[in-house]
Amino acid sequence: MSNLPFALAHSLPEAILAGGILFLILLGAIRGKEGGGPVTEIAVGLLATALAVILLGSKTTAVVFDGAFIDDGFGRFMKGLTLVGSLVTLVMSQEFLAHEKIDKFEFPILILLATLGMLMLISAAGLIALYLGLELMSLALYVIAAFHRDNIKASEAGLKYFVLGALSSGMLLYGASLLYGFAGTVSFAGIAQTISGTASLGALFGLVFLMAGLAFKMSAVPFHMWTPDVYEGAPTPVTAFFASAVKMAAVAITLRVVFTAFPGISAQWRQIIIFISLLSMVLGAFAAIGQTNIKRLMAYSAIGHIGFALVGLAAGGEAGVSGVLAYMAIYLVMTLGTFAGILSMRVDGEAVENIADLSGLAKTDGEMAFFLAMMMFSLAGIPPLAGFFAKWYVFNAAIQAGLYWLAVLGVLSSAVAAFYYLRIVKVMYFDEGGKAFDKRSPAPRAILAISGVLVLVLFAYPSVFTEATTAAAQSLF
Amino acid sequence: MFGFGLLSAIVFLPLIGAAFILTLRGNDEATLENARRAALGTTLIVFLLSVYAYTRFDPTSSAFQLVEEKHWFGNGLVYKMGIDGISFPLLLLTTFLMPICILASWQSIKSRVKEYFVAFLVLETLMNGVFCALDLVLFYLFFEGGLIPMFLIIGVWGGPRRVYASFKFFLYTLVGSLLMLLAIMAMYGVAGTTDIVTLLQTPFPASMQKWLWLAFLASLAVKLPMWPVHTWLPDAHVEAPTAGSVILAGVLLKMGGYGFIRFSLPMFPDASAYFAPLIYALSVIAIIYTSLVALVQEDMKKLIAYSSVAHMGFVTMGLFTMTAQGVQGAVYLMVSHGLVSAALFLCVGVVYDRLHTREIAAYGGLVNRMPIYAVVFMIFTLANVGLPGTTGFIGEFLTMLGAFRISSWVAFLATTGMILSAAYALYLYRRIVFGVLDKPSLASILDLSWREKVQFAPLVALTILYGIYPAPVIDSSAAAINALIKGYETALNATMTAALSLN
Repeated sequence: MSNLPFALAHSLPEAILAGGILFLILLGAIRGKEGGGPVTEIAVGLLATALAVILLGSKTTAVVFDGAFIDDGFGRFMKGLTLVGSLVTLVMSQEFLAHEKIDKFEFPILILLATLGMLMLISAAGLIALYLGLELMSLALYVIAAFHRDNIKASEAGLKYFVLGALSSGMLLYGASLLYGFAGTVSFAGIAQTISGTASLGALFGLVFLMAGLAFKMSAVPFHMWTPDVYEGAPTPVTAFFASAVKMAAVAITLRVVFTAFPGISAQWRQIIIFISLLSMVLGAFAAIGQTNIKRLMAYSAIGHIGFALVGLAAGGEAGVSGVLAYMAIYLVMTLGTFAGILSMRVDGEAVENIADLSGLAKTDGEMAFFLAMMMFSLAGIPPLAGFFAKWYVFNAAIQAGLYWLAVLGVLSSAVAAFYYLRIVKVMYFDEGGKAFDKRSPAPRAILAISGVLVLVLFAYPSVFTEATTAAAQSLF
Repeated sequence: MFGFGLLSAIVFLPLIGAAFILTLRGNDEATLENARRAALGTTLIVFLLSVYAYTRFDPTSSAFQLVEEKHWFGNGLVYKMGIDGISFPLLLLTTFLMPICILASWQSIKSRVKEYFVAFLVLETLMNGVFCALDLVLFYLFFEGGLIPMFLIIGVWGGPRRVYASFKFFLYTLVGSLLMLLAIMAMYGVAGTTDIVTLLQTPFPASMQKWLWLAFLASLAVKLPMWPVHTWLPDAHVEAPTAGSVILAGVLLKMGGYGFIRFSLPMFPDASAYFAPLIYALSVIAIIYTSLVALVQEDMKKLIAYSSVAHMGFVTMGLFTMTAQGVQGAVYLMVSHGLVSAALFLCVGVVYDRLHTREIAAYGGLVNRMPIYAVVFMIFTLANVGLPGTTGFIGEFLTMLGAFRISSWVAFLATTGMILSAAYALYLYRRIVFGVLDKPSLASILDLSWREKVQFAPLVALTILYGIYPAPVIDSSAAAINALIKGYETALNATMTAALSLN
């Protein structure tokens, strides 16, 4: 029933990226090592085009490529977030890479490859497409995690991520094969038809293993072990990429899997989600307290935030999903803003990443301190910033779904987490005498400022935004 | 303008002042002077606006007035502002204290002057918003948003242990508030809206009321503060700059009491009746225990901070008697305490600016060099004790009258607190003002300057005026309080009848 032009029309963003990647590889290879040409610029252009296609393109739902690929409102929303994450990362990374002398032409190509993988992952409508997208994303990520290959920490980060990532892929595959065995199909819709009510033990095993693999990509406890090391070791732009785009894709596919493949056994997966959500929130809150490295701190913060987002998932239903979508969108803004700030931490040409290096920032660079403080208060969920509404949506969904204890423990851990965000504000505003940072380059500076404005605007004019999340959530059911 | 009304102007005008100060460049004395003037001008305009609002306010009506409503979030969350006889006195108190705070910071703040006034103006927006908000989520936004500027005010311009104090203040309040937030969500689930006017009409199931009440208590008790979660207050007061203490004691504490009147009592009447004995116990403990603690303090600010906790004990006691006298007294006491404790912190600020110590032992015999100061301090000390003829007396007397009608034991124990308050306040006054002026550091101390006289004059006037002629405050809140009590009794009777019909 579907012909190739129809299928391509619904996978246009992916097609644009795939074609662009091939072209860029050729371009890079021909131009040789010296000056890869305008690879980054073209890559940014490709991402922007893909984003424009998603924003302006068709708003219909279609399943193409023999039921492997679905194009729907939910997918478009999450793809939009993912593309924004990739785009912003790429824009703000150039200066940093040039400073570290790792601005090779492969970097933007690998980012594009990973992004392509994420888009396919978000649109996956079956287990095989899921795995393909996941691996395309992961393999590119393994490489860019170790992109600074002369740096021992970066190599360690890459290796760690690879070994643990391979393990999790294995678990995911194992789960997928069990599910295929018990359901007799790889398509999510087919699985939903076969597995409902009381699932067999084998199918449950499959579900658990599948969730484990996905939890790894989301860096949810207990599959979070790689996160702090990789966040700390990888070059900062790569960390920003991990924290933004990758998170969006991982959460998107998790939502899609549980709601389209396992709506019939929601009681079963809900237990798992509640469990990992709770653990993530608590660990994210407590483990970050003692950190001195800001990237490591952001790793624990990311773990905690995934826990909060999963509260919405545990609540389920349309309200829950739209809560998660809102949470992820707001989190994307906050995390990109924060990393734009971290990218600007440079003293005498050397990148620094200790929290103590921020001392007295309010005096040496008031603007940066102000916006960064806004990010911290927003991450802590203090009104009147957008981070508060992110929490409002997910916890409200949880309360309406009757998950009182999860909500109570969640807000209590968010109070604990507030401590370490406040500590950064304290270092910037109350402490004195850190060395002034170098003059900030325009891209990170602009991104930090834009994020700062956005966390206020999302609060003042939320209706456009909530309509989008609600519409996207509806398309999943 | 843009369809926004008077209350929005009162709430958001300070932000415009703050934005103006942010645009000032340079750090020379002229720029700083401009920043101070801009802050003072803004707060004065806001005060005049709120006085103008008072002329348009009808005290005989118990309904919310000057209401404005805008579509905001969808799903039942609206931007809605309005005031009634309970919130209006507190709003006026806030706008009245702000110019005084700006004056008090005129010279004493030397570093990051512009940022200081910006923080204060933002804080004013958030405080005014708390008293004007008629949407529960909006209320929460203002309520908790106020933590950020106060955190910065204590942390940046505070004393030596400012970091500890600011974190303690922030985290204590945050934990309580978050539990209240969950309760707000649960209420939203029942009523489908967070409009306070609708929520006031919504009967919540009795079993749910208890949990909601406890969640609100978690937040309001910390904010008020009630024993045993009051410990952040002395630390915050001691470390905060003078104006910070004034606002903390004058306004922020009142938010707790305001929350009880606005939410706990009318929305959860069954739970309020059920938990009233708990509140009495906590109030009496607060009154007696913190008064005793105040007796032994070495630090002036700490002493006044503990006395604040004791006075707030009277407030909670009065509120939960749910008698006309008790609630009226509590509202009156909040206004009175807002004036008196604010003034007392200003008195401490005066000598602190001169000697840079708050140790009581460092002073003595000030009456010899500072006669005017001694008189001003005397007036507020006596008002703090609750001497008839000052505002303090009326509030405390009414709350005790209310308590006596419920339980003579509660009233009796609270009275001992009043005796103790006389002890610690007069003891403080004697040690600082009387005696021989023999400390060399005090030999050349100067009496109140013009600026200080200006900042004390309105406070002295109101303290005495409202002590002799309390009608303005009482009349403006009477209608709202009577409606509150009537609604409360109707709700309780409904529950009683329901329980009886089940038997």
